[in-house]
Amino acid sequence: MEKLKIVNSTYIPLRNENVDTDQIIPARFLKATSREGFGDNLFRDWRYQKDGSVNEDFIFNTGKYSGKVLVAGRNFGSGSSREHAAWAVYDYGFRVVVSSAFADIFKNNCTNNGLLPVEVSPEFLEELFSRAEADPKTEVTVDLGAQTIKIEGTSLSESFEINGYKKHCLMEGLNDIDFLLSITPEIEAYEQAK
Amino acid sequence: MMKKTLFDKIWEKHVVKEIENGPCVFYIDRHYVHEVTSPQAFAGLDARGMKVRRPDLVTATADHNVPTIDQHLPIKDELSAKQVKTLEENCANHGIEAFGLNHKHQGIVHVIGPEMGFTQPGMTIVCGDSHTSTHGAFGAIAFGIGTSEVEMVLTTQCLMQRKPKQMRINVDGALKAGVTAKDVVLYVISKLTTSGGTGYFVEFAGSTFRNMTMEERMTVCNMSIEMGARGGLIAPDQTTFDYLEGRQQVPKGADFEKAVADWSQLFTEEEAVFDKEYHYDAQEIPAMITFGTNPGMGIGLSDHIPTADEVDDTEKRTLAKALDYMDFREGDAIAGKKIDYVFIGSCTNGRIEDLRAVAEVVKGHKKADHVTAWIVPGSKLVEEQAIEEGIKQVLNEAGFELRQPGCSACLAMNDDKIPAGSYCVSTSNRNFEGRQGPGSRTLLASPITAAKAAISGVVVEA
Repeated sequence: MEKLKIVNSTYIPLRNENVDTDQIIPARFLKATSREGFGDNLFRDWRYQKDGSVNEDFIFNTGKYSGKVLVAGRNFGSGSSREHAAWAVYDYGFRVVVSSAFADIFKNNCTNNGLLPVEVSPEFLEELFSRAEADPKTEVTVDLGAQTIKIEGTSLSESFEINGYKKHCLMEGLNDIDFLLSITPEIEAYEQAK
Repeated sequence: MMKKTLFDKIWEKHVVKEIENGPCVFYIDRHYVHEVTSPQAFAGLDARGMKVRRPDLVTATADHNVPTIDQHLPIKDELSAKQVKTLEENCANHGIEAFGLNHKHQGIVHVIGPEMGFTQPGMTIVCGDSHTSTHGAFGAIAFGIGTSEVEMVLTTQCLMQRKPKQMRINVDGALKAGVTAKDVVLYVISKLTTSGGTGYFVEFAGSTFRNMTMEERMTVCNMSIEMGARGGLIAPDQTTFDYLEGRQQVPKGADFEKAVADWSQLFTEEEAVFDKEYHYDAQEIPAMITFGTNPGMGIGLSDHIPTADEVDDTEKRTLAKALDYMDFREGDAIAGKKIDYVFIGSCTNGRIEDLRAVAEVVKGHKKADHVTAWIVPGSKLVEEQAIEEGIKQVLNEAGFELRQPGCSACLAMNDDKIPAGSYCVSTSNRNFEGRQGPGSRTLLASPITAAKAAISGVVVEA
């Protein structure tokens, strides 16, 4: 897993609320047996028309926005447990997703793949949307060590929460499996006592 | 001493190790595996040169991606065929019992687990599928996980988990005639919204749930995830024990008696405190249907589609987008809306009681000519029972097609897709945009409501 410490980037504002994992990656694209390539089908049915042509109106396709940060409306990632949703967001090139609320399983799937979910207040989220809509070149800096997100060129910043263990894993690029394997004797002892 | 909830009691028994300022190391008793969310996890194990730690605690089946006709023939879709074959190979390599395609116990993972008695009270149960919450009906902590977590459990039988907040949803009283478990859960989700349960584990309590059969309780717990909760559970009782007794994996004789004694300790103590609590009166709950593109957008069959003025400011955008997608207008009655498809099945409502309820409604009637009605049993056993009980014949006479087991049109990974623009009354769990096929429009409802719609060709009020 790639280490994640500070991300400074422009961002894509996706105002939609309640974006479910079927929109992030439709089920018909879950047939792969590897983790790669899901970015091509991220938001597939919003990025493309039914006839396969590009939907020029969708925010990803307007040519105005790009970056390593996705900013989305409240309750992002609800629905299915498919980790393919986190893989798709990561594979497309994002390293941070910002929203005012995330679904639980999606949030876990993000941190297990080096993708940082940043939960901000509804007011800060609105600032992010309106500033990018006024100027697509607006940048944010997300500092995981300091647990802050700052809108560059402004005095606006907010701190966000993450538990110490997950923060450490993300910053060092560590996987839970390495940790769990390191405590195998304790798992064995638990099983014997059970 | 703090009084304990049902959830606390099970949780505490499964903590292997506490980590300061972090999650717990949490032990898993039963791991269900299917073909779609497991291949990358097995690949991870293989890359480390490791074997599955406890293959005896893993149960595998092929369900998401399998055809529901001509299952005896090779799967035509190459990618689907590869996923199903990969699962079989992985299970063989790691010594895991697999109920693959054409096995007499194949079926939807959340249907076969309880049916065979793998799911038992007091257990911790996971699967790479959000509807793992279904198994909470037995008084188990059951929840969906991602593929990285599937790999963790295969490798170590443990997960890193933070203890969630706890919510209790109480429903008391007798349900009105024609109102089912599905209506109860759709009603609760319509009140809480799809994010109302985020961060929580839910206990369903009260006389309404007490009086439900196990299959009805499974329908309720199944949809806990649709309110954002990680899972839902119901304290085990005599109904639970009666259901379990005699099933293949359940202890027998004196061992069963001992198990029942242990399971009987699994209840929330009086005065235990929940982080959040809700109370509903069963008499207030109507037969429900959804009109929009998330499961929280449910209304009574006699109600009208809400207007922008009737929803919270935060939901106005979602409502407008949903109505545009569904091609519905605010303020319209939902009853009378013409429909094209009916899908009865899924881990929510694909069990034998659901098929019996449908048969009772359609017996002696014919489906409307313009409606395609698919009934997909949750498992081979359900299919067999439907044939033995004469349900298949009743359904066929009414023009319904009884297909073979799988997840089918619930998520349309196989060929069972609702065409773009068509309306489908579905007994499944999600009405997201494109869920049942690109451009498909889903109305979630109970099997009874779905069966009536198939006959009338429109959504019917009662």
